[in-house]
Amino acid sequence: MSLIYPKDSLSAYPAHLSPGYKSTVKRSPSKALIVVPHTLSELTGPVFGHDAIQDGDNDLTRQHKGEPLGERIVVHGRVLDEDKRPVPNALVELWQANACGRYVHNVDQHPAPLDPNFTGAGRTVTDSDGHYKFITVKPGAYPWGNHHNAWRPNHIHFSVFGHSFLTRLVTQMYFPGDPLFPFDPIFNSVTDEKARLRMVSSFDLENTVPDWALCFRFDIVLRGREQTPLDTDEH
Amino acid sequence: MSEITPSQTVGPFFAYGLTPKGRCDWDPNGSYSWKETVGSDLVTPDATGQKIRIEGQIFDGDGKAINDAMIEIWQADAQGRYAHARDNRALPNTQFKGFGRSATDKAGVYAFDTIKPGAVPGPDGKTQAPHIVVCIFSRGMLRQVYTRLYFADEAGNAADPILALVPADRRATLMAHKVAGDGIPLYRFDVRVQGDNETVFFDI
Repeated sequence: MSLIYPKDSLSAYPAHLSPGYKSTVKRSPSKALIVVPHTLSELTGPVFGHDAIQDGDNDLTRQHKGEPLGERIVVHGRVLDEDKRPVPNALVELWQANACGRYVHNVDQHPAPLDPNFTGAGRTVTDSDGHYKFITVKPGAYPWGNHHNAWRPNHIHFSVFGHSFLTRLVTQMYFPGDPLFPFDPIFNSVTDEKARLRMVSSFDLENTVPDWALCFRFDIVLRGREQTPLDTDEH
Repeated sequence: MSEITPSQTVGPFFAYGLTPKGRCDWDPNGSYSWKETVGSDLVTPDATGQKIRIEGQIFDGDGKAINDAMIEIWQADAQGRYAHARDNRALPNTQFKGFGRSATDKAGVYAFDTIKPGAVPGPDGKTQAPHIVVCIFSRGMLRQVYTRLYFADEAGNAADPILALVPADRRATLMAHKVAGDGIPLYRFDVRVQGDNETVFFDI
């Protein structure tokens, strides 16, 4: 594997400081980051195998005695590198609110009911084609304290490991057509519209399971591309 | 034009999914029901080298300890070898994986039990002093920040090619200091995200 990690690929990322999202004001570096070369320390990273997961870890509807309430959905997609090649054996973890918009986390005080049949955490490892799949329920929207009448759009948190420590990605998957998009400072911290829309899943009728569950597709593209002589010429 | 998926904040509620067993003081029962993928103890039974404990706090721009951060570390083993295919040196290796994850607790404290890493190859044939790559996520961080932990008592720091790129008056922010020497050495490494004495973060 001889991947390189062009820094300009990160131009799609949100800035560290994005004042519309108030918590960034005191939690973003104020001094310029120091540019350093990628060494073996950055170009390597944790490797996960199928021993990292157990059967059923990717089905959030079967972790308790009964089934959770809410709209059952399938969420699937592929983890790819910048050349759109599959990233196999990538650990994908997710966590989310329940159908009412309430997290199991103790700090969450939103007055919406917890569901005894839903924790909201899952994990899987991508197959040889970079594919992953989860079964869950659609998370609800919920209010938060950022500004008056602030509501987060429905979203699922994703944590992904790829080929190196540089490809480490934590992001959020959104659902198509959410009316809260224009008002959410976290979603809009990604200022480029095309990049923003890459965080929005698409409705997948083909993989929707008749009489059982809607399907949403979310492909995740990580840093990293094949090193070619062309790349040297470009820069 | 790159089409990578943008980063978003880990938010305040990741613990039950990502760190369900570690630093879990916010749960009255001590932990959440979900299993842990990766924890804060990197030491495997067969790992050779000096066992160490690393502990510290992460502070925001007001000097307040951040109690909902997640810190991940990546390091070589005691022989300076990374458990990764890209490091194909024929050195003896163990089951040591070199990756750990800790949440911060109510007091903003994180901790790792690990092995002191060896020196590893650097750019242009130079050697990098023993170090640990550190990656921090939290509410209010839309993307992770990367820094490095070096050991203040390492002679090799003087010739480290990455430290050489850091302004001399800021290098101290990357140094972990031994605060207890009996038994397993305890190193203290605090991170200041912003403001006076701000930790050096790397653009990588």
